[in-house]
Amino acid sequence: MTEFLQQLGKNTHTSFTKLGRASFFLLQTLSGILSVLARPRLLLNQLYSVGVLSFLIITISGLFVGMVLGLQGYYILSDFGAEETLGVMVAASLVRELGPVVSALLFAGRAGSALTAEIGLMKATEQLSGMEMMAVDPIKRIISPRFLAGLLSMPLLAALFSAIGIIGGQLVGSGLLGVDEGAYWSQMQSNLDFKDDIINGVIKSIVFGFVTSWIALFEGYDAIPTSEGVSRATTRTVVNSAFTILGLDFILTALMFGDN
Amino acid sequence: MQHSNTQDTLVGLFVASGLVGLFFLAMQVSNLSSFTAHDSYTVTARFSNSGGLKVKSPVSAAGVKIGRVTAISFDPKTYQSVVQLSIDKQYNTLPNDTSASVFTAGLLGEQYVNLDAGGSDDFLTEGSEIEITQSAIILEKALGQFLFKSAEEKK
Repeated sequence: MTEFLQQLGKNTHTSFTKLGRASFFLLQTLSGILSVLARPRLLLNQLYSVGVLSFLIITISGLFVGMVLGLQGYYILSDFGAEETLGVMVAASLVRELGPVVSALLFAGRAGSALTAEIGLMKATEQLSGMEMMAVDPIKRIISPRFLAGLLSMPLLAALFSAIGIIGGQLVGSGLLGVDEGAYWSQMQSNLDFKDDIINGVIKSIVFGFVTSWIALFEGYDAIPTSEGVSRATTRTVVNSAFTILGLDFILTALMFGDN
Repeated sequence: MQHSNTQDTLVGLFVASGLVGLFFLAMQVSNLSSFTAHDSYTVTARFSNSGGLKVKSPVSAAGVKIGRVTAISFDPKTYQSVVQLSIDKQYNTLPNDTSASVFTAGLLGEQYVNLDAGGSDDFLTEGSEIEITQSAIILEKALGQFLFKSAEEKK
């Protein structure tokens, strides 16, 4: 019994100290963002490795998710003779939920894990302490550009995911299954609101970009500097990001779409 | 990581395509293009029952959408439903004896306000009130009346 209590206390203690370190790390990262703006080159490199390299997986997944939504939506809606509303179903589910959430999960898997591994390895090979020795702040030089790149890429990737998914749904819906193309778009336009749906989806993706980049960078920075430590940190990034994204999504949805 | 022009181009391409995606969502998917472009004026209409009318329900005349419902409130003095209609400025020649009725689009469709133009020479302007209104037809009420009537006839 005492052992159990001791273990519980120890776990609570470690998780709170980690949370504290993470918050402090976030503050440092945010304060380093201004110096990134002075050197856009650093940001550009990171936009390439975080954004451009995630482009392909996001677009292809978006296309297939949209196509599956079109197919499944058609089967269900045609039971009620409502296949004209397929566009609303595909677009609303993509813009509100699937676009931000699935692209954030893919982003955590594709870019987040790479960030953690990169920074963890930099720490393990003592590149970060080497920088400090040369009076270069590793937070400003390494962490902040990556954080900003993640924050900027995520809304763009989510918007692409939704847009391509909607086109994919249209390809299947009206190309394959014979839903009227005009009805697909016009129903969508009359039922989706710019502020309530599109802007809220963008806000969601910004929040997800923020937490995913934060988790990925912190896990890398906080990793035990051995090969095993880095591999564990990478796993934790993906797992923790997925939990956080899904949990936050529920909270954000409850806040945003509550009064509809 | 070395800097190269290809990388710049790819980043530019990525950002541009992301923005195109956002623009596509805004213009093609949502209703942004259809209702922020024009100015509008607001008139009120009082219904004894506005049924399932909601904020943002369409306002149409002769089947063409000319505006939206912007607010619905209950007047505790007259026990009526006060509906604010925002009508597109370009349709500013509606006579002031226009009548408003709450209709349902199709059997299960959403409810909307239909305006029937009157014959007056004066037009509806900002803040004016539509005097002639017809309430929503409540299905249960109509069914009840129908059943009552057919029972009467049998006697």
